[in-house]
Amino acid sequence: MIDSQIVLNGQTIAYSCYAVVIILVIGWFGLRITKPGKSSKISHSLFYTFVGFLMVLGVSLHIITYNTIPWASMDINRANIKPDKVFNITVENHQFNLPSDKLVINVGEKALFDVTSKDLTYGFGVFRSDNSMIFQMQVVPGHRNDILWQFNHPGVYTIRSTEYSGPKGAQMILQDVIEVKSL
Amino acid sequence: MSFKDTFMNGEQGLFKASGLTPMQKLVLRFVVVGLLYYGFAVIEGMIMRIYQIEPINAIPDFQYFAILTAHPLVGIFGSTYSLVFGAFLFLVPFLMKKPLWSYKLGNWTFLLITAGTAIFWFAGFITHYAPLYTLYWPLPVDFTQFNPIGGSFFILGIAMVMLGTVFFVINIFKTISYTPEGFEKQPSAAILADAIGFSGLRNLFLKKNKQKEHLVSLPVAAIARGTVDTALNSGVILFTGVLILVYMVGHLMGFDLKETAIDALLYKNWFWWGLDLIADGLVLIFVAGTWYLLAMLITGKKLFMQNIARAALLVELIVSWTVWSHHLLSDQSQPSFLKIASGELVTAFELITQGLAFYITLATLWSARPLKMTNELKFLLGGLLGFALAVPAGIMQADIGLNRILHNTQWIVGPHVHVAILVGLTMTLYSAVYILFPIVTNGAKLYSQKLANFHFWAHLIGGIGMGAFMGMAGLNGMLRRTIYLNGEFNLYMILAGICGGLLLLAFLAFFYNIVMSIGLKGVIGIFTPSKLDVKNLLPNEE
Repeated sequence: MIDSQIVLNGQTIAYSCYAVVIILVIGWFGLRITKPGKSSKISHSLFYTFVGFLMVLGVSLHIITYNTIPWASMDINRANIKPDKVFNITVENHQFNLPSDKLVINVGEKALFDVTSKDLTYGFGVFRSDNSMIFQMQVVPGHRNDILWQFNHPGVYTIRSTEYSGPKGAQMILQDVIEVKSL
Repeated sequence: MSFKDTFMNGEQGLFKASGLTPMQKLVLRFVVVGLLYYGFAVIEGMIMRIYQIEPINAIPDFQYFAILTAHPLVGIFGSTYSLVFGAFLFLVPFLMKKPLWSYKLGNWTFLLITAGTAIFWFAGFITHYAPLYTLYWPLPVDFTQFNPIGGSFFILGIAMVMLGTVFFVINIFKTISYTPEGFEKQPSAAILADAIGFSGLRNLFLKKNKQKEHLVSLPVAAIARGTVDTALNSGVILFTGVLILVYMVGHLMGFDLKETAIDALLYKNWFWWGLDLIADGLVLIFVAGTWYLLAMLITGKKLFMQNIARAALLVELIVSWTVWSHHLLSDQSQPSFLKIASGELVTAFELITQGLAFYITLATLWSARPLKMTNELKFLLGGLLGFALAVPAGIMQADIGLNRILHNTQWIVGPHVHVAILVGLTMTLYSAVYILFPIVTNGAKLYSQKLANFHFWAHLIGGIGMGAFMGMAGLNGMLRRTIYLNGEFNLYMILAGICGGLLLLAFLAFFYNIVMSIGLKGVIGIFTPSKLDVKNLLPNEE
């Protein structure tokens, strides 16, 4: 499975390029409209082409990500996929309660994290040691909160709540509790 | 004039508060209060920027989260609502060439928003009530963390703002549709239908010679459609406030109601549906309408593709009612159908509706070239750029795959939320302030163009820069709504803090420029009663 860091790098490049281009376009436009000269009539076909382009862009983004980001389709179809490991986790009083001190997973295994909140809305995020995020989900009380994930790299990972649950929840961190082993 | 004279009487002594009509005074009161609350929000923002670099010992974490709760509410309700409602209560009668339906109700809107914001801010400051604006159930009624008395006052303040909002809604629709005394009878139903957008939609399917002429101008139509969302939103927030208040009063009276009586996910859907009527509804619709008005005022020309613009506003209204699920893409129990249809596809429509408004505004400006680079024009371009940056950032996070690694990170609140609000929305509002300034002050002169230029560049660079560095931190895993104790993201946070400082300097320059333009006496005079007729918008009207 593609690492989430690769997806984030791709997004950084794509959005940065777009941001530079649109800043330059507006800058150019600002300069150009103050220069002497008459504007020719703006064609309606250009306008409709622009609208069509936006439609294609808006829809194709989701089609592309669905087909290139592997966890997107896995997430939608997770009820039909048999996990290699299941971890039932509860959260109560701003504390994660894990089934064991360490959650051990092998590289390539599909692990299901099934997290239940007994009181508030929390978040469940898994982070690398450099604090970058691998994935997260919301943990809503009274509902099933499960996520299926396939780890590609060996290492130790940290669980952290990614949702605000009051001042007491700001440091809901379990350092290095997930261990992913190479086969 | 000496500095002291200018400070007391304004630039060249041109501003005379005694010559203002009640309506001019009302809009200026909204502007003054809106700017003061904006200043509050900027200072709170700077405290939090510093806190993200290094937690401040004098501010405990529960106080920090109280600031985090108050900050967006003061910014949106105290500042933006004041500026927008003040401007629209003046512009609707101005554009429709008839008096405001009820000046008294307008005044009540002003008083309720001003006082309501002060009350919820103080309640948060003193009692540290901090469930954030999201109010995820059952956090607002978690009395192990929050004081129910403080919470009750907090909710009371919000309810007052919402009541003021309801008064604004009534005033806008009545002003659009009523026939003033001495006027020829106006077709209320037809005017309202046109304002909401039905005639624009119908015209799209009719031949040119059969198309009906519009009864309201496009900016009024945009205001009317944004006001529909404003009404629905205030209903949702008022209902939620009452629900929370019931639990608080119950607790204070000694019996605790069962929190599980409310389904947390259903509540989240309900509340985000309402909140998105602000974020994706009225903000985008009001902003599009304001762009159109500004483009027409700046160029003196008709809007490019008017009928399409009107239809797009109606589409945006429907989009805003069906778009909320992009906030729940990380909620695993949220039905997949809602995630894909509402969260992804309807949200992608915002790229189209906002893109249309962007294109139409630029095309209108282009058609009138050459234009002078006035303050209103440069701030309008800044506003357009802000949304051109923020909307695609939002579309990216409203994707099932990308949301998994972006939700609740600084990416959401940086390149999307803050760039949309600070650069897109606020610069659009500044453009409106600069263009309306001579109209509502009867020709007062701006104190310093150099300060206005500094305001523009510092705000633009500060806003985009802050959003960019927050976004970079977010892409590296930094969460929002939490505290980092060990300087994990210090490089990005220091750079974002410097850009935040630029925003603060920009605001101070603008505020100083406005005070020096109208003088301290003028500022005080705005808050004294006017002796002129409430029915007149401008003093020379009869």
